Amino acid sequence: MADKQNIVRVLVGTRKGAFVLTSDHKREKWDVAGPHFAGWEIYHMKGSPADPNRLYLSQHTGWHGQVIQRSDDGGVTWNAVDNKFVYEGVPGTHQHYDGTLRPWEFKRVWHLEPSLTDPDTVLAGVEDAAIFKTTDGGKSWVELAGLRQHGTGPQWQPGAGGMCLHTIIVDPTNPNRIVIAISAAGAFRSDDGGVSWKAINRGLRSQYIPDPDAEVGHCVHHIAAHPSRPKVLFMQKHWDVMRSDDAGDNWHEVSGNLPTDFGFVIDVHAHEPETIYVVPIKSDHEHFPLDGKLQVFRSRTGGNEWEALTNGLPQHDCYVNILRDAMAVDTCESCGIYFGTTGGQVYASSNSGDSWNAIVRDLPPVLSVEVQTL
Amino acid sequence: MTIRVELPAHVRNLARVAERELPVTLEGPPTIGAVLDALEREYPMLQGTLRDHVSKQRRPFVRFFACEQDYSHDPPDTLLPDAVTSGREPLLIIGAIAGG
Repeated sequence: MADKQNIVRVLVGTRKGAFVLTSDHKREKWDVAGPHFAGWEIYHMKGSPADPNRLYLSQHTGWHGQVIQRSDDGGVTWNAVDNKFVYEGVPGTHQHYDGTLRPWEFKRVWHLEPSLTDPDTVLAGVEDAAIFKTTDGGKSWVELAGLRQHGTGPQWQPGAGGMCLHTIIVDPTNPNRIVIAISAAGAFRSDDGGVSWKAINRGLRSQYIPDPDAEVGHCVHHIAAHPSRPKVLFMQKHWDVMRSDDAGDNWHEVSGNLPTDFGFVIDVHAHEPETIYVVPIKSDHEHFPLDGKLQVFRSRTGGNEWEALTNGLPQHDCYVNILRDAMAVDTCESCGIYFGTTGGQVYASSNSGDSWNAIVRDLPPVLSVEVQTL
Repeated sequence: MTIRVELPAHVRNLARVAERELPVTLEGPPTIGAVLDALEREYPMLQGTLRDHVSKQRRPFVRFFACEQDYSHDPPDTLLPDAVTSGREPLLIIGAIAGG
């Protein structure tokens, strides 16, 4: 657990630039720096646990495609590194929205996951779904092609946001174990450092695919795990909040008393592995909170029993969305919870969700939020 | 041969150049492909942002204009007009109106 004198740095990716928010351990006053890379979509920005001043950032525009930036000084200065993401071999095909087959085509990087131990090693989740790795600080990227070449690849299809690999979780106790998720293919796990992969979707049921409990085809929106219990996974699926106690081999639903179990984000309290957070969204057709009330729901029992957290959040006329990578937690003694909205607000709670306030508002739509506790 | 090339704002920022227009020195025949080769050589961070790394195809929302003509759909070995090679007119590299 971090001590009381921490600096907290919140890394916010938006549709039109990156912002770095900084505060002391009280988390009452925030310095806002940015926009960095103004006008670019910043899909994700994350710091290295091994060197917190080493940051990696994914920027993209429709005009100029993908760029990866790296900072070695905590986001003050940046340098472009390699942006060449080339699929290994002949890419093959996957399902398109209209049922036709389309060849794999690189579009953008959705998620960057720095190694827990080496600042130069990073995994990148991309659209069309694949995972890449750098071991030289971003100077070059190599595909871990065993995932895309999983036998089910031709059955994968894009969700509404594209066929994106958006979640990467590396087991802190066993770096060879990697869990990833793809919309709309499902969750996959490697136990050999990314060489081979297995689908881990048993227990998921999705009524929007022909076979509701098929091996693949599920639209997994996000997965979270507590570092102390890496085999316990929590998933926000398109509909349904799910839990696995065996690293994804089996899942069961823990939506319980949620008013709606559609949503995008899910995260785990930094010090309480059974305390989890979601932000329910009305439905797949209406991507905003129920009844115009922004509510975070917290379960202290690892799911099933949920309480609404509303203190400080707008309770009328709120029609924002919270995208899948836009929630994070700090590791201060009193755990901080953060999430960003498509309305440009970043809300924070410094008391595990009991009360909230907007630490910045009126940013461009927020795509991602990460937190560093320094 | 040195020609004048105007770059879009995002690309100028990425390359860290303040001027809207750059002098670009070409080796060999003055073609659009040669201009992109020279830009990527001088500014490696632009690789992949104007054309694909591997296929060398123009990115869909990038346009090449010169002398009030659209050269975007011409092959990369198309020779630039005399007004550009003589330095009287710049080659304009533009972000298409639909790209943002």
